Amino acid sequence: MGKVTGFMEIARSENPYRDAAARLNDFGALHSPQGAEARRAQASRCMNCGVPFCQSEFGCPLHNLIPEWNDLLYRGREREALERLLMTAPFPEFTGRVCPALCEKACNLEKDALTNRDNELYLIETGFERDWVRPRSPGRRTGRRVAVVGSGPAGLACADLLNRLGHAVSVIERADRAGGLLMYGIPSMKLPKPIVERRIRLMEAEGVRFTLNTEASPEIMDVYDAVVLCGGAKKPRSLKVEGVYAVDYLTAATRAVLSGDEPVITARDRHVVVVGGGDTGNDCVGTALRQGCASVLQLEMMPAPPAERLPGNPWPEWPRTLRTDYGQLEAIHRQGGDPRVYETTVKRRLPGQIETVKLRGFDPISGTEQLLPCDLLLIAAGFVGCEEATAERFGAALNQKGCMMPENGSHRLRDNLFSAGDMRTGQSLVVRALADGRAAALEVDSYLKEDAQ
Amino acid sequence: MYDQQYPLYHPELEHESCGVGAIVDLSGRATHRTVDQALTIVERLAHRAGSDALGTTGDGVGIMTQLPHEFFTAWAREEGILLGKPGDYGVGMFFLPEDEVGVSNVCRIFDQLSASEGIPVLGWRDVPCHPAQLGAGARRTMPRIRQCFLKRPSDTAPGADFDRKLYILRRVFEKQDTDAYICSLSCRTVVYKGMMLVSQLRSFYDDLQDVRYVSRMAMVHSRFSTNTFPSWSKAHPQRFLLHNGEINTIRGNHDRMKAREETMRSAVMGDSMKRVLPVVAEGGSDSQMLDNTLEFMAMNGFPLPLAGMVLLPEPWQGDGAETPWRDLYRYYATMMEPWDGPAAILYSDGDSVCASLDRNGLRPLRCALTDDKRLILSSEAGVLFEENAHIRRRWKLKGGDVLMADLKTGELLESDALKAHYARQHPYGEWTKQIVRLDDLPEAAVGDKIEDTKALCRAFGYAYEDVQDVILPMAKSGQEPIASMGADEPLAALSKAHPPLYDYFKQRFAQVTNPPIDALREACKTDCSIYLGDDGNLLSHEADNCAVLELPSPVLTEEELRRIRDIDHVSFKVMEISLLYPVTTRLRQAMRDFFAACDAACAKGANILILSDRGVDASRLAIPSLLAVSALEQHLIHIKKRTKVSVILESGEPRDTHQLAMLIAYGARAVNPYLAHAVIRESLSDDAVQNYNRALTAGVLKIASKMGVSTLQAYQSAQLFEAVGLDQQFVDHYFTNTPCCLGGKGLHDVEADSRYHHDAAFSSPLQGGLDSVGRHRLRTGGSVEEHLYSPRVIHLLQQAVWTDDEAKFDAYAALVENDGPRTIRAMLDFKYEVCNPVPLSEVEPVESIVKRFKTGAMSYGSISREAHECMAKAMNRLGGKSNSGEGGELPERFGTELNSAIKQVASGRFGVTRDYLLSAREIQIKMAQGAKPGEGGHLPGAKVTDSVAKTRCATPGISLISPPPHHDIYSIEDLAELIYDLQVACHNPGLCQVSSAQSAEPRSQGFRASCANEEAKITVKLVSSTGVGTIASGVAKAGAGGILISGGEGGTGAAPMSSIHHAGLPWEIGLAEAHQVLCRNRLRQTVTLETDGKLMTGHDVAVALLLGAEEFGFATAPLITMGCRMMRVCHLGTCPFGVATQDPRLRKRFIGKPEYVERFMIFVARQLRRIMAKLGARTVNELVGRSDLLKLKDGAEMNLSDLTGFARNTHFQPESKHDFGLRERMDARLIQDHVQLTTTDRAFGALLKGERHIQAQGCGGQSFGAFLPKGQSITLYGVANDYVGKGLSGGTISVCPPADAVWSPGDTLIGNVALYGATGGYAFIAGMAGERFAVRNSGAWAVVEGVGDHGCEYMTGGRVAVLGPVGDNFGAGMSGGIAWVLDEDGALVNRINGGLVRAHAVLGEQAAELRRLLEMHARHTDSRRALEILSDFEAWLPRFRAVISNEYLDYLKGVQAWAR
Repeated sequence: MGKVTGFMEIARSENPYRDAAARLNDFGALHSPQGAEARRAQASRCMNCGVPFCQSEFGCPLHNLIPEWNDLLYRGREREALERLLMTAPFPEFTGRVCPALCEKACNLEKDALTNRDNELYLIETGFERDWVRPRSPGRRTGRRVAVVGSGPAGLACADLLNRLGHAVSVIERADRAGGLLMYGIPSMKLPKPIVERRIRLMEAEGVRFTLNTEASPEIMDVYDAVVLCGGAKKPRSLKVEGVYAVDYLTAATRAVLSGDEPVITARDRHVVVVGGGDTGNDCVGTALRQGCASVLQLEMMPAPPAERLPGNPWPEWPRTLRTDYGQLEAIHRQGGDPRVYETTVKRRLPGQIETVKLRGFDPISGTEQLLPCDLLLIAAGFVGCEEATAERFGAALNQKGCMMPENGSHRLRDNLFSAGDMRTGQSLVVRALADGRAAALEVDSYLKEDAQ
Repeated sequence: MYDQQYPLYHPELEHESCGVGAIVDLSGRATHRTVDQALTIVERLAHRAGSDALGTTGDGVGIMTQLPHEFFTAWAREEGILLGKPGDYGVGMFFLPEDEVGVSNVCRIFDQLSASEGIPVLGWRDVPCHPAQLGAGARRTMPRIRQCFLKRPSDTAPGADFDRKLYILRRVFEKQDTDAYICSLSCRTVVYKGMMLVSQLRSFYDDLQDVRYVSRMAMVHSRFSTNTFPSWSKAHPQRFLLHNGEINTIRGNHDRMKAREETMRSAVMGDSMKRVLPVVAEGGSDSQMLDNTLEFMAMNGFPLPLAGMVLLPEPWQGDGAETPWRDLYRYYATMMEPWDGPAAILYSDGDSVCASLDRNGLRPLRCALTDDKRLILSSEAGVLFEENAHIRRRWKLKGGDVLMADLKTGELLESDALKAHYARQHPYGEWTKQIVRLDDLPEAAVGDKIEDTKALCRAFGYAYEDVQDVILPMAKSGQEPIASMGADEPLAALSKAHPPLYDYFKQRFAQVTNPPIDALREACKTDCSIYLGDDGNLLSHEADNCAVLELPSPVLTEEELRRIRDIDHVSFKVMEISLLYPVTTRLRQAMRDFFAACDAACAKGANILILSDRGVDASRLAIPSLLAVSALEQHLIHIKKRTKVSVILESGEPRDTHQLAMLIAYGARAVNPYLAHAVIRESLSDDAVQNYNRALTAGVLKIASKMGVSTLQAYQSAQLFEAVGLDQQFVDHYFTNTPCCLGGKGLHDVEADSRYHHDAAFSSPLQGGLDSVGRHRLRTGGSVEEHLYSPRVIHLLQQAVWTDDEAKFDAYAALVENDGPRTIRAMLDFKYEVCNPVPLSEVEPVESIVKRFKTGAMSYGSISREAHECMAKAMNRLGGKSNSGEGGELPERFGTELNSAIKQVASGRFGVTRDYLLSAREIQIKMAQGAKPGEGGHLPGAKVTDSVAKTRCATPGISLISPPPHHDIYSIEDLAELIYDLQVACHNPGLCQVSSAQSAEPRSQGFRASCANEEAKITVKLVSSTGVGTIASGVAKAGAGGILISGGEGGTGAAPMSSIHHAGLPWEIGLAEAHQVLCRNRLRQTVTLETDGKLMTGHDVAVALLLGAEEFGFATAPLITMGCRMMRVCHLGTCPFGVATQDPRLRKRFIGKPEYVERFMIFVARQLRRIMAKLGARTVNELVGRSDLLKLKDGAEMNLSDLTGFARNTHFQPESKHDFGLRERMDARLIQDHVQLTTTDRAFGALLKGERHIQAQGCGGQSFGAFLPKGQSITLYGVANDYVGKGLSGGTISVCPPADAVWSPGDTLIGNVALYGATGGYAFIAGMAGERFAVRNSGAWAVVEGVGDHGCEYMTGGRVAVLGPVGDNFGAGMSGGIAWVLDEDGALVNRINGGLVRAHAVLGEQAAELRRLLEMHARHTDSRRALEILSDFEAWLPRFRAVISNEYLDYLKGVQAWAR
């Protein structure tokens, strides 16, 4: 275990954000990482619990071997720690930046949880830095070919594991760059794009083929021994009023960052209203502020969550408490107040304005209408399943949630056709998509083994 | 052996124990008085004998004498038979079938056989006896008892030669397999015995009362068996010996004796040898097997005492000073392993009487010599108190001693003289130069390094934690890792994580019937040497016999193995056998090929086989190492090559102590775990490999010592394991004679698991680290082990009791039952379909059910005060019972809401004062604990806080060691004694006063009343294992009021990792066995039966109830309700939830409340009620033992019919309680202050009330002055037996030599284990004491004038002054207190165990203290010795040494500094 009394002696310390004023000027990384000493000290706090909730069903969906690599990190054996980490975590450089860290919420130290996410990030970045992360090619190729459609987290995780299992993997991506949401959904300051590119290059070196700008057609099922659809849950929940979908806005923003051009959709000098109080909404706030918006406001239909856990929401469940994310913090810094307005929705849109109304439950309260300036209305109200077109093309049935999950809960849709990630489960976290992509890979692998016999 | 009616009864695991005695007239007179007095001895050892539930059928008693010539001649004359002179005829004592036809058949067969052997039968005599007085059980099975008289052939000399002929005749007859049993057949001795009470022997056999029945010697034995099943033949004496104790290694001794048959040849036996084989009769008890062997050796010309020395050698190889006869022992050690275990044996061939004591001296044998040259030997001193005035000398045998009384010469030869005599007989020193030692072999080059350790680790099934948590820590520290919180993973047979074959076996351990050994503090009695090569011929005396290779340890480095491989010596031929086989071959075929290879090697003359699995790769797998070793051992026994060949294993598979121990116990002489070594070299160094080997050796010795085995040579092939979930046929074939329960997996499954790992190593393209399996610490994810306490289970349980949400509790229970790991209970369901449900309202209420619930024994010290008190409060509110654990309890809690209803008495006896006992509703004797049965404990000084120290009557900062055994329980009759002592000590004297019409104290109210102890019952905690049923029966016979069968998976405290997972069975098996065997013995109604071990739900409790339990214990679950989340760091004291810690910062984090514990109990009771209603039961009692209402769930993978096939609704009946006869006691009737005591006055003083001083005469029975409280004092003029001043609680005990006796300074005055667990008071002993004086003393001050071995062992406080000789191993494990030893000859330094203590000069304040103590001694005992010293104290003082531990010295310095 870490240091036996580490948790009693050392306080939790996360990688700090860069100063809000400074970071608003660019799309560079949000955090400034702490050094090796800090990370080792933090790792020493791990209690090596007999029942580690952090890596259980309450915690990490990848079941990362958190106590083991924390212990090795504490002892300064980073390379071995990284090896333990990579046993379960395909892309720690992504999760180390964007994961909400369910493991930390489920840590037995509760509020004083370990800083697993930062420790993970330290390990993988140290690994890259010291050239420990090298292409890992399987010792033996099976001669079987698998196509993975979509290169988001699920697709990449699935492709990565299939490749390690010895199969020849082709990833087919519709966009001009691989990475899916990792590339265009998550803003650069949260996940710098060179980090994504680095992984893609590494996977290519390991033998994974990426075919970009290509819409996969059902014919690939005849060409490949198996096909895994990892197209995400891209169908956005629509509002009664018209607006720009958050993903489109964020994609444009990232393209602009990468190309250095002015974004196609910009918030510059505009009054921005974001509908939806989730992570994507927060990303919109942060992006809009960086683009130089005149103001930004975030509308949330639900009431403000409590500051502390309510009795019905005990540890180690995900805490449904008020979190103020980087975008909101930046808005507070820039505008002097929290951009979030609760129990409020958009009633109608007027030129340069919107009319909002307060809600009780889901019912508007008449007389509470209000007019607000709005030049750009961003809709970040979540997703309601995968694109129907893909489903139709591949003849895959959709369930009630609009996802490709067979009733038996498996990944196999029919014949040699599989699905994984949000496309199968509906919108979720990156880390869940990774876990599902890996689960699909194992299922494909055993399918191929059976198929061979 | 299998009894359909009682499927879990294992007759081969029965135990017995006893009292022994002998009288030898060395003056050469054969008298009837000798016989008469021997009978008196056995009658006065009644408390060491057992009887059935009714008390009318005894377990057995018997006597061996010389042939009473005149008596037999008189009978023969009447019959017209001419017997001739003494020695001209032999006498056979026969137990014959009861029916006439059977009798005449057997007699005819014997007549014919003896005629053909040339030993004509002169006649048969019906032995007159009186069956009417026997108990029903004895009468029902009583044989016809006849004596046969045979004529000596004229060509045969009388004495030994004639006896040899009779021996051959008997063996030939026994092989005819008749129903007859021959008690004795000899021209020198005869045995009268039977299944009766000790008082009945004399009156049953008329012969024994006939004054013409005379003998120069008589040996008697009273038996205490763990069962009540009729067996006349198992009564002692056997044909040569009688035995008090237990041979722990009997399985290995038996097998090796059998194997030796191929090599043993003797001149005297000649060609007749094959007619007597096998030497050891199958199916006998350990005593019978030992008797068979001793007899065989004697018949082959071995001098009797030498045979005793070979079978029960002294610890000649230990750390202590070398014995002068070391070479003799070493010579025989190369051929015969010790028969290891507690043993006091008396043996005789009629010409001499011998006595031997085991190496540890665990059984008492007191000796006395009278002025008319009569020798009295007995388990207890003073049994013949009439002789007191005639006794000239009193002493005792010590461990490894042997003694011979020669009836022909009248000589008494004692240990040293005898040993010296035999050591001179042959040039043993010359001969043993033939022994080759590993160090003598030339150094060898080490072979190739292993290229890819990771792949091999995978192939051999290593998990990540095997390397990180086991191998590397051992390599770093040289010690086995410690862990905590028990085991909650499934049995290997139910695991999905492909466990190694080793995991199917559980270590067996000693409880009650024999003691575990402390291999650490009593290392001087242990030995790890191993011998390789041809075993030689035991019966010939020549140099070549010991041409063997001697290893100091069975664990070899690569270099050492290479030395052996390269050996160039005429006596050794080493060959290597590969364990590899192609992946395309099946394991079954591979085994056949393997045997063939071994046979071929043997045929080429190999006598050392190295089995090697080096070279595993993608195309070749290895036969599992344990399977290979054990299968080959059985194969070699089968082809009679076992003693010709020694097997060494070179394997990558074994890696922990459990695995090493199994390999040794199943036939490997030595093991080279090369892969573990390679792993260590990769991360650490070569030195670390040595550490690791040391840890393994120590670990194997520890596992052996759990079973009471002190030498690895004896542990070899002893098979001290039991299998769970393996197919019976598989076990019979490859692990012959290993107990096995709940069949299931076989060779096919073993192969599948082996291939699984092989595939993972060589077929999976995934690279990376080793998988984490989480066998101890839980892991979630891929191929991991399941645990009962999963994150969701813990979460749901806590939420349920914290928010009082019964629905959540039911969800928790459903999760455990349906989705949890497979346990035996989870595979069982209820047969609701055959029941008529009753309305829930008619079922016994929750309030009544929870009274049957208890919390587990967790001591204050292991858990925090907050947690300890929280549970006490909760259980008191419910009317259930909390358990103090073994750490004592603060007196201020007695009689309040915080009082623990159950007070535990464990081997450490921490805080066991009279008041502690008086505060209990139940006193629990902890014989073993689920997490580490057979082991002691060690609470480091750092954890002994002021408050913990106060609670335990200890000193703050001073380590506390719990010995592995209770030093007053080495066998079943000892347990009976402790139960009796405690029952007396906790008996409310008020009750006795009521009976004598004096005014009773008014009963106090409230909690005080609930804690009052009028009904305190003594219960005994056992750990589930095969054979626990027979032990439970013995415990019930010993008078216990209740028996707890604790599951091996339970246990919350710290324990070695391998013990947590590999010792003890699930409670289901042990509980069912206990219920069945108690029923079979008709003892079930005399005790309550209780179980614990990860009980979690109403379902669990219901299963336990139907299997026979009526009370239920919970430990882990209540901890969880109080906030524990199974951190498994209890042993580190860093529990972040304030449960298992003494750290004030962490204790603040404790969030537990009594309500949480209460809710848990209530929820469980509610679930149980609902099950009861559906089963149609209104009361709990009507369901006890109704296993017919259990059925196997669909898809269960085990055969559980042995558990569910027995249904008998028997439960505790208060009227059947054991009657201790307390009102008959001397101290209950005591009016005067002057009393006369005998050996039957046991625990004298424990019942005394108020302030008094008593003068006693005679002989103090066992436990004299036990638990004597402050204000009372007893002075005894006479001798006393074992356990004087046990638990002394402030009183004063003085023992002085009897006034009317001749007394010499070296005479032994009191027995073994005095002042055990004393917490205060004084003891003045004006003579020698036995072994273990002041063991675990924590507060008493004592003076004694000499002590045996292990003096002041585990002492933690108090003062002891020793004014005479000191035995070996003084101050072992002594962490506190001071011993002042008068070291006249300067030998003390060799006697001290330097582990903790050093000897210093006695200076300053201490000198004054010593003087005051001696003055008190002189005042109380008139000790001449003390007066002599005091007369010139200053001159004597420099000869005293103060033995003090470093820890305590620091403490004293601290106190002095503070005082200044």
